[in-house]
Amino acid sequence: MMSVFANLSVCLSTLASEGSGVSDVPSAAAPGGLLEWLLFNLVAGGVVASVIGVCVTKNIVRMAVWLFVALGSVSLLYFMLAANFLAAIQLIVYAGGTLVLLIFGVMLTSKSPWVRWESRPIEIVAAAGVCVALAVGLCLLLVRTTWSSTEQLVPGAAMKTLGERLLTTYLVPFEVAGVLLMIVMVGAAHLARQEE
Amino acid sequence: MAIGLTHYLVIAAVLFAGGLFTMMTKRNAIGILIGVELVLNSANVNLVAFDRYLGPGRIDGQITAIFVIVLAAAEAALAVGICINVYKNLATVDVDRAAQLQG
Repeated sequence: MMSVFANLSVCLSTLASEGSGVSDVPSAAAPGGLLEWLLFNLVAGGVVASVIGVCVTKNIVRMAVWLFVALGSVSLLYFMLAANFLAAIQLIVYAGGTLVLLIFGVMLTSKSPWVRWESRPIEIVAAAGVCVALAVGLCLLLVRTTWSSTEQLVPGAAMKTLGERLLTTYLVPFEVAGVLLMIVMVGAAHLARQEE
Repeated sequence: MAIGLTHYLVIAAVLFAGGLFTMMTKRNAIGILIGVELVLNSANVNLVAFDRYLGPGRIDGQITAIFVIVLAAAEAALAVGICINVYKNLATVDVDRAAQLQG
């Protein structure tokens, strides 16, 4: 399955390398090219559309479907950012695990999937005002800051480096995450147990 | 026009605002959890975007994003367990009706 994602990223990069003339781009669309711009706008449009879908929908199951589209679009963003492993993890764990868990939660906690609970309009207006103000403020701040960023093509780090770092520099968080997952499994099984 | 760091950060800001709106306005507890997932995704996009644009060969942002995904999955599992318990006790997951501790 990983080879599918590797092939996808290699195909994207070879298609996109027309912009800069580089022929063996490892794992990212060539910067400055038309294809990168087009891909980014498509994926960003997908993210924004699915976020608006999650916010506007009143049906809980449709909200979960829009979340699935959002997670898939964010995974495409990770592919564009040369984070292939993370994109695959996002699809497998987030879209394929956490989202399915949420849908199971919807299934187990609703009398019918068509139940709609409306919030009061004043709450929606106030929340929309705050969130739009926050988004606009953040975007203005981001556009006006000069980041010390590099526009050159940075080759994505190999999987080997990621594995080595996980087991050397990040060993303690790795082990703690393992213990945490065990605790969460025991806790969730206990929480959701059947009473006699 | 080259896609720069700012573009990705703006996407993350939109994700964050959308997740915050979902958390604030939905009455279904699972809807609130969906908002939390959106906010965590915005943090991940920020981490990976800085990772790629601030120097060659860095993967610390990716590793942190992996840990964030692990934590998000764990927290979603526990939160769904809590929602199931609330449903067992109150026959609803409407957070406006779960007001028994209200003063």
